[in-house]
Amino acid sequence: MAHFPKPSEGSWTEHYPELGTGPVNYEDSISPEFYELERKAIFNRTWLNVGRVEQVPRAGRYFTKELSCAGTSVIIVRDKDGGVRGFHNICRHRGNKLVWNDFPNEETSGTCRQFTCKYHGWRYDLDGSLTFVQQESEFFDLDKDDYGLVAVQTEVWEGFIFVNLDPSNTTSVKEYLGEFGAGLEGYPFGEMTQVYKYRAKVGSNWKLFIDAFAEFYHAPVLHAKQATDDESRKLQGYGFEALSYVIDGPHGMVSSWGGMAPPKDPSMVKPIENVLRSGLFGPWDRPDIAGLDPLPGAVNPARSPNWGIDSFVLFPNFMLLVWAPGWYLTYHYWPTSHNSHIFEGTLYFVPPKDATDRLRQELAAVTFKEYALQDGNTLEATQTMIESRAVTEFPLNDQEILLRHLHRTARRYVADHEKSGTPVAVPAVR
Amino acid sequence: MNPVLPPEFADLEPFADWCLHSEAERYAKRLASSMGELQSFYDAAFPRLEQILVYLDALPLDDLPDDARLLLELSYSLVNVSFPVEVWRQPRVPDSGAASMDAVVEPAV
Ligand code: FES
Ligand SMILES: [Fe+2]
Repeated sequence: MAHFPKPSEGSWTEHYPELGTGPVNYEDSISPEFYELERKAIFNRTWLNVGRVEQVPRAGRYFTKELSCAGTSVIIVRDKDGGVRGFHNICRHRGNKLVWNDFPNEETSGTCRQFTCKYHGWRYDLDGSLTFVQQESEFFDLDKDDYGLVAVQTEVWEGFIFVNLDPSNTTSVKEYLGEFGAGLEGYPFGEMTQVYKYRAKVGSNWKLFIDAFAEFYHAPVLHAKQATDDESRKLQGYGFEALSYVIDGPHGMVSSWGGMAPPKDPSMVKPIENVLRSGLFGPWDRPDIAGLDPLPGAVNPARSPNWGIDSFVLFPNFMLLVWAPGWYLTYHYWPTSHNSHIFEGTLYFVPPKDATDRLRQELAAVTFKEYALQDGNTLEATQTMIESRAVTEFPLNDQEILLRHLHRTARRYVADHEKSGTPVAVPAVR
Repeated sequence: MNPVLPPEFADLEPFADWCLHSEAERYAKRLASSMGELQSFYDAAFPRLEQILVYLDALPLDDLPDDARLLLELSYSLVNVSFPVEVWRQPRVPDSGAASMDAVVEPAV
């Protein structure tokens, strides 16, 4: 029995006819060749969210981001005029990685007046200009103006810092984020500065973990043991139905009902959740800040009184989850090969006013990790079995519409890129 | 050993080794503990949680005296072991195999 109405076509999937309803081929998740094409067609061409403005609060604050998926590392820095800039993390002298600590492949952050190369001491201002060359007179006609850091297109949307590695890109990040971007503007992201960030190496294609978080069809089953026994049986009986799905360009979103926040039946809640008034859906009581009521237009598109959480899948590898109790969560999936990636889950809360608030947030963060560990562990097993190619096509149901859309979008980006025939650069022989 | 917790919570002194600053330390201790150890910590600390909240809420969160800060850290550990004790009946998340997930950013206090 359907609990929530579907579009007049009879299903969410058929509402977007270009998606089709047939089984989906997962070759895009197991082929090393396809991954190489994704690097060129997707990760080197679309806007990638690499962080938040709170990570660079003052001039000279910087962080680095390793983008193996795009074959580079970038430096994000707050310049002296208050702007946020991005550069390829490479020294113009002889190519040393400019900013790193101890381990060149690990991300780092800090504060500086200028960037100094560890190799021969060339120095760069926060705006990227080359300011000092060791033994400059030994060089031949070296004009420092010609050797500034190589800038990367960098834009900020609602405090989220994005880079685009395609120098010929002409789409702003705002335009790229389309109707979801516009409909999320005004959400008080900037008030939610209490951060918990988790990172995990996952042995699967990056899209498989998005799959796991872009459908809740699995939740009553995979996470059965999370709930108390009665709750668990009840949830499995219902199955899962979303309130709404929306697709806009390469992006998609699922809007879901409120689960356990606050729980309708307190006896179904774990003892510590009862005492702290918090759990998977976050602290049960909304923080007292502006901007949460009314919520911006893209949130709770069904305008349901039972709304609990919206998950935005922003192509390619960024998910933004907005929770009814007034906090948000981001997921990032950074591919490192066709069958591995680094997953990052980051929780953002309004800073706690007392220890009770703090412990409520701690419980939400700990609970997130318990779930994510379960979610992540099924993936390596899935990856290995899909790689067997014993089965190549999989039937996706209507609650898995975002997966159908994601894989189709990845295939389309690759196909379009191939068609546009961007010539492979062949080094000139002289 | 010298008491480290506020005198009102002297009964929790035997569990002062759960006063751990980082999530990584708390999680590692959880995984290294038997269910018996987790249960006895939980059984001692959980009934005191409401009093802990009242005690700590009277103090400024960003400027806690040392004994209160340690009590808060012990409470974080209680939160961390609540899943094994209340739900999993084992220290590790079921079906999580060798998967691990590191806290790379967490609040200073
Ligand atoms: S490589 Fe940076 S100064 Fe030589
Ligand atoms: Fe899940």
